[in-house]
Amino acid sequence: MIDLRGVRLGYGRTAVLSELDLAVREGEILVVVGPSGCGKSTLLRALAGLLPTSGGEILLDGRPVRGTSAERALVFQDDGLLPWRTVLRNVELPLAIRGAAKAERRARAVEWIEKVGLAGYERRLPRELSGGMRQRVQLARTLAGTPRIVLADEPFGALDAQTRASMQRLLVKVWQAHPTTVVFVTHDVDEALYVGDRIAVLDRSGRVERIVESPFPRVADADTGSVKAEILSALGVMAEAA
Amino acid sequence: MSSPTVRWVVRIGSLTAALVAWQLLTAADVRLWVRFDQLPTAVEVAERFWAAAQTGEYYQDLGSSLGRILAGFALAVVLGVSSGVAIARSTLVHDILQPVFEVVRPIPAIALVPIAILLFPTNEEGIIFITFVASFFPIMVSTRHAVRALPTSWEDAIRTMGGGRRRVLVNVVLPGALPGVFSGLSVGIGVAWICVISAEMISGQFGVGYRTWQSYTVVDYPGVLVGMITIGLLGWLTSASVELAGRRATRWLPREKQS
Repeated sequence: MIDLRGVRLGYGRTAVLSELDLAVREGEILVVVGPSGCGKSTLLRALAGLLPTSGGEILLDGRPVRGTSAERALVFQDDGLLPWRTVLRNVELPLAIRGAAKAERRARAVEWIEKVGLAGYERRLPRELSGGMRQRVQLARTLAGTPRIVLADEPFGALDAQTRASMQRLLVKVWQAHPTTVVFVTHDVDEALYVGDRIAVLDRSGRVERIVESPFPRVADADTGSVKAEILSALGVMAEAA
Repeated sequence: MSSPTVRWVVRIGSLTAALVAWQLLTAADVRLWVRFDQLPTAVEVAERFWAAAQTGEYYQDLGSSLGRILAGFALAVVLGVSSGVAIARSTLVHDILQPVFEVVRPIPAIALVPIAILLFPTNEEGIIFITFVASFFPIMVSTRHAVRALPTSWEDAIRTMGGGRRRVLVNVVLPGALPGVFSGLSVGIGVAWICVISAEMISGQFGVGYRTWQSYTVVDYPGVLVGMITIGLLGWLTSASVELAGRRATRWLPREKQS
C-alpha cells in the first residue's frame, strides 16, 4: 500500500534519513522502533506529507505522496488537542473540515467519544482531563476523520506504565473493530511486540536494520522472549533479562 | 491573605490611606524640601471634582478623549493583529514590513506630533493617528510572538485532517494566539491612553488632557488635579475592560491565581 523507495529526508543540508526502503501493507499495524534521533518522527512527518522528501519517493497505491491529506492522519505524543475546544468540538473537527452537516458531525463525534470510553466528558476542556484521557480524545478525533492510514508518533510515550497498558489495549480493541493501516512509532519494544504485526527496526543512521514479525500480535502476556531478544540485539542493546 | 473580604478591606484601606496622607500633608502646609503648601488639598479637589461633574463641559471632554482612544485603539487592534499574524506566517510579508517597523518602532509616538500636524487636516485625526501608532506596535509585536510560539502539533493536526491554510488560520492561529494578543492589548491600551492625553495637551481642542493643561495655564491647580484624577480613573477603566475581555476570551487557559 505504501512504498518507500530510497527515501532521503532532512532539514536543510543535514540528512536525518538516507536510503530508507520500507513497505507498509494494507490493514497492518507496522511498528517502527529505533534509537532516539534515528529519524522515526521525521519519517512519520514525511508520510503525512508535512515534510517533502529530498530524495527517493514515497508511493501510496503507486502514486507519489504530495502534501497533506485527510487520508493520512497524524497522532501526536503531546495529544495535539486544541485546548479551547471541548472534547466534543475537538472530535468534531475532522468532520467539520470535511464539511459534514452539523447533526451528522455531532452524532459521529458522540459515537466515537463513547467508543473510547469517555461518554459524559463531551463538554469538558482538555485541561480538565488526565493525560490518558486526552490521548483517548485524540484517538477518537483521529478515527472520526476515517483516515486510511494512521501515523502514530509515540502516542503513549508520555503516559505512566499503567495508563500506557490500558491505552494499548484500547487501541487494539478499537483497531479490531475498525481495521485501519497503522504506522506506529515507539521506543518501547514490549509495546511494539504487543501492538504490531510487524516491527521495523531502524539503525542509528535511519536505515531499516531488519523487519521482525511479531509472533503473537495483540495477544496479552504472550511470551515474546526470543523475538524480543532479537529486536534488542538489532537495536544494539544488550538483551537484558529477555 | 486569606479571605477575599480581607483582601478587599486591605485594598480599599490602602487607597483611603493615600487620600488621608494627601489631605494631612497639604492642609498642614508641610514643607520638607518637597513643598506641600503649594498643592491643593484633597478636600478642595473633591469639591472641585463635584462641581466639574455638574457641568456639560466635563462630559464633553470625557467623550472626546474616549472617542479618540477608542478610534485609535480599534484601528491598532485590527491592523496590529493582522500584520502580526501576516509577519509571523509569511517570510515575504516579514521581509517587506519588518524593516520599516524596526525603524519606526523606537520613535516615541508623541514625537510624531509634528508629522501628525503636517499629515492630517484636523487635530482630531492627528490625535487618533498618534494613539494608533502608540498602541499598534505592542499589539503587533505580541501577536507576532504568540503566533510564532504556537505548538506545531496544532497546525499539523489540522493539516493532516485535510484542512488548508484558511482552516489553520481560523481554527488554530487566531484562537491559539489570543492569550498573547491580549497581553499586547493590555500594554497597547495603556500607552494609547498616555498618548491621547499627551497629544491633547499639545494640540487638542476639548478632551481631558487639553482641559488639564488649560487649567494649569490659568493657574487653576485644583482643576489640574481633577483632570489628573479623571485621567487615572479612565485609564484604569479602559485597562480593566481589556483585562476582563481577555479573561473571558481565554477561559480555556490553565487556571492561574486571579489577582
